Amino acid sequence: MNKKIRKVTTHISQNEVLLFERSSAGKKAYELPPLDVPEVDPAKLLGAQARQDLGHMPEVSEVEIIRHFTRLSTWNYAVDHGMYPLGSCTMKYNPRVNEAVARLTGLAEAHPYQPERISQGALRILKMLSEQLIEITGMDAITLQPAAGAHGELTGILLVRAYLESLGNPRKKVLIPDSAHGTNPATAAMAGYAVENLKSNAAGMVDIASLVAQVNEDVAALMLTNPNTLGVFEQEIHKIAEVLHAKGALLYMDGANMNALVGKTRPGDFGVDVMHLNLHKTFSTPHGGGGPGSGPVACKKILEPFLPSPVVVTKPDGTLGFDYNRPQSLGRVRMFYGNFGMHIRALAYIMANGPDGLRQTTEDAVLNANYIRKGLEGAYDLPYKTPTMHEVVFSDHIQSQKGIKTGDIAKRLIDYGFHPYTVSFPLVVHGAIMIEPTESESKESCDMFIEAMKDIAEEVEEHPEFVLEAPHNTRISRLDETMAARKPILRWKPQSEAVGK
Amino acid sequence: MRYLPKSESDREVMLRQIGAKSIDDLFAAIPPEYRLKGDLKIPRAYAESEIVEFFRDCATGSAQGYATFLGAGAYSHYRPVVIDSLVSRGEFFTAYTPYQPEIAQGTLQSIFEFQTMICELTGMDVANASMYDGSTGAAEALMMAARLTGRHKSVVASSVHPEYREVITTYARYQGMPISTVAYSKNGRVDLSALEKGIDNETAGVLVQSPNFFGAIEDVAAIADLVHKKGALLIVSIAEAVSLGIVKPPVEADIVSMEAQSFGVPLGFGGPYCGVMATHDKFVRQMPGRLVGQTLDRNGKRGFVLTLSTREQHIRREKATSNICTNQALVALMCSIFMTVYGREGLKDLAKQNLAKAHYAAGEFKKAGATLLFEGAPRFNEFVIQTKTDSYAINDKLLGQRIIGGFPLKKFYPDLGNASLWCCTETTAKASIDAAAKQVAL
Ligand SMILES: Cc1ncc(COP(=O)(O)O)c(C=O)c1O
Repeated sequence: MNKKIRKVTTHISQNEVLLFERSSAGKKAYELPPLDVPEVDPAKLLGAQARQDLGHMPEVSEVEIIRHFTRLSTWNYAVDHGMYPLGSCTMKYNPRVNEAVARLTGLAEAHPYQPERISQGALRILKMLSEQLIEITGMDAITLQPAAGAHGELTGILLVRAYLESLGNPRKKVLIPDSAHGTNPATAAMAGYAVENLKSNAAGMVDIASLVAQVNEDVAALMLTNPNTLGVFEQEIHKIAEVLHAKGALLYMDGANMNALVGKTRPGDFGVDVMHLNLHKTFSTPHGGGGPGSGPVACKKILEPFLPSPVVVTKPDGTLGFDYNRPQSLGRVRMFYGNFGMHIRALAYIMANGPDGLRQTTEDAVLNANYIRKGLEGAYDLPYKTPTMHEVVFSDHIQSQKGIKTGDIAKRLIDYGFHPYTVSFPLVVHGAIMIEPTESESKESCDMFIEAMKDIAEEVEEHPEFVLEAPHNTRISRLDETMAARKPILRWKPQSEAVGK
Repeated sequence: MRYLPKSESDREVMLRQIGAKSIDDLFAAIPPEYRLKGDLKIPRAYAESEIVEFFRDCATGSAQGYATFLGAGAYSHYRPVVIDSLVSRGEFFTAYTPYQPEIAQGTLQSIFEFQTMICELTGMDVANASMYDGSTGAAEALMMAARLTGRHKSVVASSVHPEYREVITTYARYQGMPISTVAYSKNGRVDLSALEKGIDNETAGVLVQSPNFFGAIEDVAAIADLVHKKGALLIVSIAEAVSLGIVKPPVEADIVSMEAQSFGVPLGFGGPYCGVMATHDKFVRQMPGRLVGQTLDRNGKRGFVLTLSTREQHIRREKATSNICTNQALVALMCSIFMTVYGREGLKDLAKQNLAKAHYAAGEFKKAGATLLFEGAPRFNEFVIQTKTDSYAINDKLLGQRIIGGFPLKKFYPDLGNASLWCCTETTAKASIDAAAKQVAL
């Protein structure tokens, strides 16, 4: 009897194969309705352009599809599981009502070219969101067209460029602090500008003296993140704006960190000329495993004529419509009107909060970051002692004495049930531990996080090798990234073909 | 506030722990003159029920209950319900970029499958994890061609989606990348002799769309010959992904830039959609966007990671292939599920129904007295008609019958007069086609 009982190794749900390995000829998951028009012969209609076969596209049944993707989903960690303090990404709760309203048929099935007459509801959403984001940022005008933060950066810098060109000289350089996100320099390059690095001072802020020295008639703009990527508010922001404006340059603000400011202060009031928002950060639209996002760009009056076309306007008859007649526009940055589904969600979020809720949200986000800072001080090195806003950046300076890096601590944090913080950024901090709890964490989950981080700090002292081997509780252990890059396997191939190569 | 998990006493305890007297202490870094004194001037907080009511009101009267003949870069296909039930799993939609592969294998493996299926369908070796959309993807493909060839000019067919071309113009202007346009010929396809003249030894990339904006399927092999003879690269943009079920893939292209919205992505008034780029192995290091690769863990178990990231902005900064960071991951997952539901046989059957419906409609419209333009070229599910009456006037009449007519081409091609672009998919009922045929006769 006993002999028949075999040891169960790993549950089937932990060993889901690739779709292609589940496939076999004749299985199917679809049924088309009967064709109500005459059949056609593709070979006859398409001639040489007719396709012969679809290669290794999978053939599976519906239940297998559900199980496949459900099993895969369980291998992910997500905000719905728990704290996801990925610095700079604002991994906050994604309200369910946002999802429900974005899927209403009249919105989800609206064609971008359907007549404006039957698009009044969609246009109203665009208009209301625009107005509310303008109020929140303190700017004068906005475009919702950009599809993500980086796309917003490009749009914003092109606005600057179009404006300067209209004055006769687009200029040559964009200044970017060394603490900036990688998208900032990449964007400036795409907009045809040379990137000039701006050093931070000992407090982690823009060094006004260096700024004064670097700003001249060649500088088009400074791209500044505020609070910056150290979670530090640029206290001399207005001075920064003045220095730039005095030389005819503009101040671009990367609004990735607006979760520290909404309802407390407005970039438009402190001297910013143009900025982007990340609706997928500050305004709760889901990150979706990497996207989609939305990166509206708000600007001051002087830049408005250059905004991408079209813009939503109220027509003489009182209805809403798109205005394409914008002779000074920088052009289009995306087809249609942007990631409308994200616009719906962001508006639903603002409505759910109201002015009080938005302010409280910001306060809680900043409270959580400061609470975590206080809780971890001493256990981890804090390279910049400047006051913290919505995120706090420690370093692995203490732990690296034992050969443990920020990435190792991150892997061990997984065993404690948390998503790690950001490890590879900002570059000004060697071995950065960039923690952004967001407002969505309770006191208890902040306490648990602090305790976990402190436990790991102790483990580093006592059993560094244990930390080096983390994670211990996941389905797979650390993956060989070097091997992945050296001999890239970027798609599945059947055994026979894969071996042939 | 219902999204905030704290009581007032939690807040007080936390402030005390920090050593702050009040929450204002934590905002002391903001100079007092810039602190907001009062409330933001936005509406009060709404109850969930009110939010639902507001958006229901916005949704009323739009799209629902209309038959549509609109395509033109956004296609109305049936979306199997399993798509939304799967992408609504919080494990997928509330995660972010899979930076920590040990706890992101679900996202990573599904992207690897997405990349594989895009390769199978396009005939390319590698595909990325997604781009914002077809328009920005096309612009970035031209920039990629410039990097690969060391040349700087681009040639774009005028039968590429006009909004794609507008985006390309915006992107190219500051890349020092002059763009020239090549006209279409009588059959709606790219004018090959004009194309040949349009390419010189400074041309980096040539962009065509197939099926093109008029629905005509381009002779990609012939175009590729011309382009390659001049040492340039051919980029083929595909806006109607369902065509790949029945139309020969553009294997002669060097880069394929696709908009995959047709694969199960809601029309959603224009977004979010799903761009994706595919190319040959030898070009992969100049391709923008994230890539997922297969590798092994410490116990020799198969797993997936983000790879070849030295192309990307977070490593290379101003020297990166693109500034793209956030992409369209969840939308790509929708596409993967759609491609899996239909699969090897279904995509063919589905495409065949599209072909049959559009063929029938074109025939009926012609019989009714409309002129078919560009008849000489093979087409998939879109066709162009010319009418005596103004296209908008026809559409107004149809709207009264709850039918959204074809796309008036006047907006982008004033030369074409009363021409309009009509699309039929598997969802277009014969009855709607017959009803529309009556109006186009006038
Ligand atoms: C500071 C900062 N700027 C810009 C971006 C780019 O935004 P997106 O990923 O939406 O393109 C990010 C995103 O992570 C960021 O953290």
